[in-house]
Amino acid sequence: MSDITALGVQPAERVFARSRFPLHIAVFLAPALVIYTVFSIYPLVDTIRLSFYSGDETGARHFSGLSNFYTLLTDPAWSGHFWNALKNNLIFFSIHMVVQNGIGLGLAMLLSLPRLTGGSVYRTLLFLPTMLSVVIIGFIWQLMLNPLWGIAEKILDAVGLGSFFGPWLGQESTALITVSLISVWQFVGIPMMLIYAALLNIPDDLLDAATVDGAGPFSVFWFVRLPLILPTLGVVSILTFVANFNAFDLIYAVKGALAGPNFSTDILGTFFYRTFFGYQLQVGSPTMGATVATAMLIIILIGVLIYLFGVQRRLQRHTF
Amino acid sequence: MRPLHAKNLVRRAGQMLATVSVAAAAMAFANVAGAQTLTIESWRNDDADVWNSQIIPAFNKKYPNIKVQFKADPPTEYNAALNARLTGGTAGDLITCRPFDASLDLFKKGQLLPVNDVQGIENFSDVAKSAWSTDDGKTTFCMPMASVIHGFIYNKPIFDELKLTPPKTVSEFHAVLDKIKAHGKYTPIAMGTADQWEAATMGLQNIGVNYWKGEEGRKALIDGKQKFTDPAYVQTFAELASWAPYMGKGYQAQKYPDTQNLFALGRAAIYPGGSWDVPIFRKQADFEFDAFAPPVPDGASKCYISDHTDIALGINAKSKSVEAAKTFLSWIASSDFADIYANSLPGFFPLSKEKVTVKDPVAAKFVGWRATCDSSIRNSYQILSRGTPNLENELWNVSAQVLNGTMKPEEAAKKAEDGLASWYAPHKK
Repeated sequence: MSDITALGVQPAERVFARSRFPLHIAVFLAPALVIYTVFSIYPLVDTIRLSFYSGDETGARHFSGLSNFYTLLTDPAWSGHFWNALKNNLIFFSIHMVVQNGIGLGLAMLLSLPRLTGGSVYRTLLFLPTMLSVVIIGFIWQLMLNPLWGIAEKILDAVGLGSFFGPWLGQESTALITVSLISVWQFVGIPMMLIYAALLNIPDDLLDAATVDGAGPFSVFWFVRLPLILPTLGVVSILTFVANFNAFDLIYAVKGALAGPNFSTDILGTFFYRTFFGYQLQVGSPTMGATVATAMLIIILIGVLIYLFGVQRRLQRHTF
Repeated sequence: MRPLHAKNLVRRAGQMLATVSVAAAAMAFANVAGAQTLTIESWRNDDADVWNSQIIPAFNKKYPNIKVQFKADPPTEYNAALNARLTGGTAGDLITCRPFDASLDLFKKGQLLPVNDVQGIENFSDVAKSAWSTDDGKTTFCMPMASVIHGFIYNKPIFDELKLTPPKTVSEFHAVLDKIKAHGKYTPIAMGTADQWEAATMGLQNIGVNYWKGEEGRKALIDGKQKFTDPAYVQTFAELASWAPYMGKGYQAQKYPDTQNLFALGRAAIYPGGSWDVPIFRKQADFEFDAFAPPVPDGASKCYISDHTDIALGINAKSKSVEAAKTFLSWIASSDFADIYANSLPGFFPLSKEKVTVKDPVAAKFVGWRATCDSSIRNSYQILSRGTPNLENELWNVSAQVLNGTMKPEEAAKKAEDGLASWYAPHKK
């Protein structure tokens, strides 16, 4: 029992004297660092490592340098799909930037109107789709747009626009736009909430002062509110960019991994899935898949860096 | 007092851990000594009911000590999910095998065991085994289970109403389609292109065997003696393209379940499909339906059918109960199983040499074509889908495009041939 008591009465100064190293910092950092390393940094580094290898039919792997990247960018069987997926991804992203963030901004403006009744109800309803499973979103929209038994055509008919209806999800010319708009519908709540929060942060004094100075509602928006929420718009843009270039689930749920018709809805995520896991008779290739994943990482990294050095650093922040 | 408390706690936790691990070890031991559990990996999620309520109980009557679990993924996700589980070491004991290269690839990686020594393998012909054997034919790695036959299912009341008879030739087929279309009430052909595989499997492979003369054309394609740009293949694409005006409104966005519903609700007259749809329509359609074989081109004397070796069962090399798995495979090869399988899932035809009576009349009709027509399998499955671009995926793509009208039959044939020629030596000439 004596050793236990000795431990218990150990003088406090001695503990401090012994550990010069700020142990508590390490302790506080450890959980995040360990989890982040195990689940994020290690897989990332290992994926990059894997992209430098190639496998043979027995499953054995050998180092092959940059040959996978060379194949991806120059072999027509690969590069065609890669550039097509990148192009579609850029279209997917621009639709989100313009439509999703535009509508999000508009909705946030409406929500922040001072005399709005039931604001919290709208807010909840508009945010609701974001919380739904993507499988449900895909299913509901496919059902609504279904040319055989969907309600979209009947609704258009009712307002005299029935002739505009088409099998939008099945045509090469419209499938990507349709899927993008479904995704916009689902995620419009996120930019709306972020911008709404930023708008609420603007002190009323500033808006009142502008009004007293003779600014109309448009000028107040354009010269006072918009500059003040620019940092938030920047964050929204970069979030959209990263989310869109990682997107996969909605396209997979609606169009499958072959992202038809004729790969018109194929984005980097679905291209990666087909390459890594294989599809039907196509046998998956982990090494080639890792190459596609690394290419995606580089693309996202370039985008983020452009934002960081080109935009983020020039933004002026205001604190009130 | 507090440190004492802490130390006690640690000790107690240690004791508890020890107890738990002993218990776990004991349980694991009991597991080995008593009943063994086999898990089957499958993509036939539609059949889970039949496995659980009929097939597994029948097996357990004979072997009560082996417990069997049927675990299915959706068909399109199966290959990816299975590969991930096999690599991660969490896959089940018995693996449902896709035909040809997908399974050959697993065998070459050492993830499947050879089944040459499993009792019952002698019940299968070389053709039945070919889909799950190495290229030299020496090693078989999955026990063949069933094949599916392509054909056209039609709505009998509609045919009676319009006084139509099942067509035998292509021109008769088109005459029937024209009559249904002129009548206006029903969609002549229930098929969509949104899933793409429908166009390739129920369309191209279904009717194609009559053009490229079954095995003759399939083997010539593998040897490089025929090309997709040859007339037989272009004609198949052209015939497929001619279906477009007879398909439902907005067929470009119509998926496989939509197609099945369209037919099962009695709104479409003809369903190009396969025998595997019979059990589904037995359940869903409340009208009488029947089937006719793919119409032969005018002037052709012989008919061919796509009698595709589709399902087999193999053993996971990492399985802990290989002996039990082998017992199960032997039972799969027996006539007991063939009988239950053929009749609980009409439309899946056992491949074993044992005589089996198919009781479902429509399924029996499908299997009856084996007597009058020559059987072949889908031409993209053996060897030709090994490279990049993947021929099967290419055929899905171009078949759907031909039906969507975004590609001409000649262009489709050229794209398939170009893709194949880019990596397959016999086609490079």
